[in-house]
Amino acid sequence: MAGSVELIQTTKLYDGHRAVDGINLKVPGGSYCCLLGPSGCGKSTTLRMIAGHEAVSDGDILLDNRNVTLLSPRQRGTAMMFQNYALFPHLSCRDNVAYGLKIAGQGKAERYRAADDMLDLVTMSGFADKLPGQLSGGQQQRIALARALICRPEVVLLDEPLSALDPFLRVRMRKELKSLQRQLGLTFIHVTHSQEEAFALADLAIVMSDGRIEQSGHPRDIFEAPRTEFVANFIGGHNVLQPNSTLLPTDLHPSFSIRADQLTIEPLDVTPPNTITRLEATIVDVEFQAQFFYVETRLDDGQTVMCYLPENRMDDALVCHGQRVALHWEKSAINLFDTRATTR
Amino acid sequence: MARMSMAHNLHSYWQALPLTLVLLAFLVFPIAVIGIVSFWDYNSYSLIPDFMLDNYQYLLSSPVTLQAYLNTFKYAALTWFFTLSIGFTVAYFLAFHLRSTRTQTLCFVICTVPFFTSNIIRMISWIPLLGRNGLVNSTLQASGLTEQPLSFLLYSDFAVVLAYVHLYTLFMVVPIFNSMMRIDRNLVEAAVDAGASGFQIIRDIIVPLSRSGIIVGSIFVFTLVMGDFVTVKIMGGGIKANVGMMIYNEISLLQYPAAAASAIVLLATVMIMLVILFRLVDIRKEL
Repeated sequence: MAGSVELIQTTKLYDGHRAVDGINLKVPGGSYCCLLGPSGCGKSTTLRMIAGHEAVSDGDILLDNRNVTLLSPRQRGTAMMFQNYALFPHLSCRDNVAYGLKIAGQGKAERYRAADDMLDLVTMSGFADKLPGQLSGGQQQRIALARALICRPEVVLLDEPLSALDPFLRVRMRKELKSLQRQLGLTFIHVTHSQEEAFALADLAIVMSDGRIEQSGHPRDIFEAPRTEFVANFIGGHNVLQPNSTLLPTDLHPSFSIRADQLTIEPLDVTPPNTITRLEATIVDVEFQAQFFYVETRLDDGQTVMCYLPENRMDDALVCHGQRVALHWEKSAINLFDTRATTR
Repeated sequence: MARMSMAHNLHSYWQALPLTLVLLAFLVFPIAVIGIVSFWDYNSYSLIPDFMLDNYQYLLSSPVTLQAYLNTFKYAALTWFFTLSIGFTVAYFLAFHLRSTRTQTLCFVICTVPFFTSNIIRMISWIPLLGRNGLVNSTLQASGLTEQPLSFLLYSDFAVVLAYVHLYTLFMVVPIFNSMMRIDRNLVEAAVDAGASGFQIIRDIIVPLSRSGIIVGSIFVFTLVMGDFVTVKIMGGGIKANVGMMIYNEISLLQYPAAAASAIVLLATVMIMLVILFRLVDIRKEL
């Protein structure tokens, strides 16, 4: 399918430091892919290599099974949307959007018509003659998006497109990005450090750390079975626990994770069936979080376990600061990490 | 409240006073004196207080004046063209091609090295190089490229413009470099992403966005060349004349009122040019 992206052992070296360390990745055409990771994990560098703004130190980049490693951005058929939008401050919005067509050699009337159509698509028709400096952040972003789309790219690359917006606008623009992507059927590759954003948008999420891919897949699969300790910690909602003599199904693994919403808090005198693991703990903190209660407990060996307790399961007498309780979870809910991945 | 703000205002005036006095004494007063003297009469040994327009009448109807102004504009235009071409290129190299701030600073300091010596010395050092028996001519002749020494090298328009370009290019480099450093590097990448070539990036992005630096540099170069006479005297060898030389000659003949009238006309010309140039740029944004 058009717009597929493939990275093969792609590597970026900065003064001997491996910013991106031989990653392999296949993004199917027409999908919404999110590169997710903390700052400095190499996600932006990866995106910039796909865009052609960063030279590849080693390995290859394929677009539509065509090796584009040495091609310029325009020859690749990608378009990039920059983090701070990088709109030309001296050009009107119409000229900003039409710039790619101007370079392509289209006449003024023709390219202005195309630019106006594109402005229409992002609902910014009324702002065609304004300068970027006169627009708000969200409006500038639409212009930047229109500019990226004008040359009919197959792959649109977005470098933290929502990070400059306030939270309310961020959610709205997120929806618009997704619906536009679906409407146009293009491949979007979106870099973000927010797992919430990535989970909401992505068909394919790639969690990166330290220049490598930790896990890739549908957000739901990643959330249900984080493959490494790093992923479990980074995406949140998981307790990463180290086994010891009192707690552990098997001693084969150095650590494992359990989802915070799959724990229940019971009185000490309840005897569970043997499909359930029971651990005693002390409640350290209870926070009300609207849909659920966030309960922080401490095990006897000092490890912290957090629970998300639905509001209707909240028992004020049981769950309060300093209370000794039993934590129960289904043995099947335990997520073991991929040992090869953690010891790599 | 009101008293306090009045006291505050008064303090501001006190603080501005020294500079005002300096400007009044050393700028406004001399110009006023020149303006007054330009209407005086004179003979070969004395100035006669008067109010007459003869000085201006003679000045504005003389073909010598016209020639001098044409020459001055020619020097200004040529110098502007060359300093702009060189200055823009150097600034572009400094701002966009040098990666580290350290090499940038180092190269910038190298650009200022010529300023370690005075204008006059820098000009005079061209003479042994360009003269009839100078280094350039003897090299050309020794290598058989020319038979006769090239005479246009020294005491010519070429020599004058060469000296101007040498002296004033840095005044173009600094403001252009300054505006280029404020251009967001992502804009260049965005243009590359749209498929723009190196030339298209310069034409569409860098020149428009360093426009104010170009204009500020042009203002420097124009005013410096328009008011200069030393360069023309040394490098033109007394054969070439501009407005500054004209005034200089009138002063050496003790024709102070005529010189004063020339000075006022030159001042007016430069002011008009500056008004036009300042319309093209918001100078306060540059400071």
